[in-house]
Amino acid sequence: MKPRHRKLALIVLVVAALGVAVALVLNAFNSNLVFFFSPTQVANGEAPTGRAFRIGGLVEAGSVRREADGLTTRFVVTDTARSIPVAYTGILPDLFKEGKGVVAEGRLGTDGLFDATQVLAKHDENYMPPEAASAIEQAQKAQQTIVE
Amino acid sequence: MNLYHYASPSTFYPWAGKLIPWFAALALILAAAGLYIGFFVAPTDFQQGEGYRIIFIHVPAAWMSMFIYVVMAFWSAIGLAFNTRQSFVMARALAPTGAMFTFVALWTGALWGKPMWGAWWVWDARLTSELILLFLYVGVMALQAAIDDPRRADRAGALLNLVGVINVPVIYFSVKWWNTLHQGASVSLTRAPSMAQTMLWGMLIMALAAWMYTIAVALARARTLTLERERQSEWVRARLEGQP
Repeated sequence: MKPRHRKLALIVLVVAALGVAVALVLNAFNSNLVFFFSPTQVANGEAPTGRAFRIGGLVEAGSVRREADGLTTRFVVTDTARSIPVAYTGILPDLFKEGKGVVAEGRLGTDGLFDATQVLAKHDENYMPPEAASAIEQAQKAQQTIVE
Repeated sequence: MNLYHYASPSTFYPWAGKLIPWFAALALILAAAGLYIGFFVAPTDFQQGEGYRIIFIHVPAAWMSMFIYVVMAFWSAIGLAFNTRQSFVMARALAPTGAMFTFVALWTGALWGKPMWGAWWVWDARLTSELILLFLYVGVMALQAAIDDPRRADRAGALLNLVGVINVPVIYFSVKWWNTLHQGASVSLTRAPSMAQTMLWGMLIMALAAWMYTIAVALARARTLTLERERQSEWVRARLEGQP
C-alpha cells in the first residue's frame, strides 16, 4: 500500500466514522427533529403535554366549518386511523383544502379540542395540470361506482 | 493517459481556458430553453396555480447546492491524500457558486412558502439542514480567507469540507426520515416522477443549465486562482510577458 493510498483510506474511514456518529446523534434526537405529530401519535401519548406542539395530517373531507365571526374555522385533522378536532382563528393559506395535508401548531385542550395558533398547508409532491387532475378524479369516481 | 499530466497547473490553465466558452454557451442556450418551457410551455398546476413555476429555479438550485458540496469534498479528499495542489484550487473555486445556489434555493423557497404553506420559514428538518449547508459554504470560505499561508488554508478548508459532507445525505433524506413540512421528492431515481412531462423537462433542462454554468464559472475561478498561486513559476511569467 502506497502512503497516499493509506492516507485516502484513512480519510474515507474518518468520514465514515463521523457519519456513524452523526447518525447516532440524529437518532437520539429523533423526537425533537419531528416537525409534527400525527393524530395516532397524539392518541398514544407521544406528543408533549402542557406545551405547544404541531399536529399534521389530512383535513377530513366535509369537516370544515366557518363560524359566524368569519375568521374562526373548525376542522378535523385525520391520519385515517385517528382524528383530532381543531379550532383556528385567522387567515388560512391558499392550499388549505379538505382532503389535503395540513400542519397546525397549538395546544391540546383537556376537552380534546386542539386550539391552533398557526395553520400551515402541507403540499404534496404531485405536480400536474388541472386537466390531468380532473381526469384522475373522474377515473377514481368511475372506479368507485364500479366497486359500489 | 496520465491523470497527473492534467493535474499540473501549466496544463490546466490553457486547457480550462479552451473549455470555458463552450460550457458558458451551453449554459446560456439551456437556460433560455428551460426558462421558455418553464414560463410559456409548461401547464398551470392544478393546486398551486402559477406559483409552482418557482420550481424551475428552486429545484435545480437545491440539487446543485448539494451536488457542488459533494464535488468539493471529493476534491478535498483527493487533495489531502495525493497532495495535488490543483485539487485544492478546484475545491476553492466551487465554494462561492455552491453558496450562491444554496442561497437561491432558500430564498426562492421562502417566496414560495409564504403563499403556499402560509409561512416564509419553518424550522423543519429539510429547511434547517439546508441552512446549515449555507453556513458550511460561508464557513469554509471564511476559514480559508482567514489563514494567510495558502497550503495551510487549503488543508483546513478541506477538513471542514469533509466533515460537512455528512450534512448532504441528511438534507436529501430529511423528508424521508422525519415528517417535515417540506414535501417529498417529486423526482427520484427509484420511481417514476410525480409531475407532468413538460414540467419535468423544463426542470431537467434548467438543472443541466445550472451544471454547465457551474462548470464554466468554477473553471474561470480556478484559472484565476492558478495564476495567482503560480505567479513565481516559469510558465506564468512567459505567458504574462507575451501579453501587454
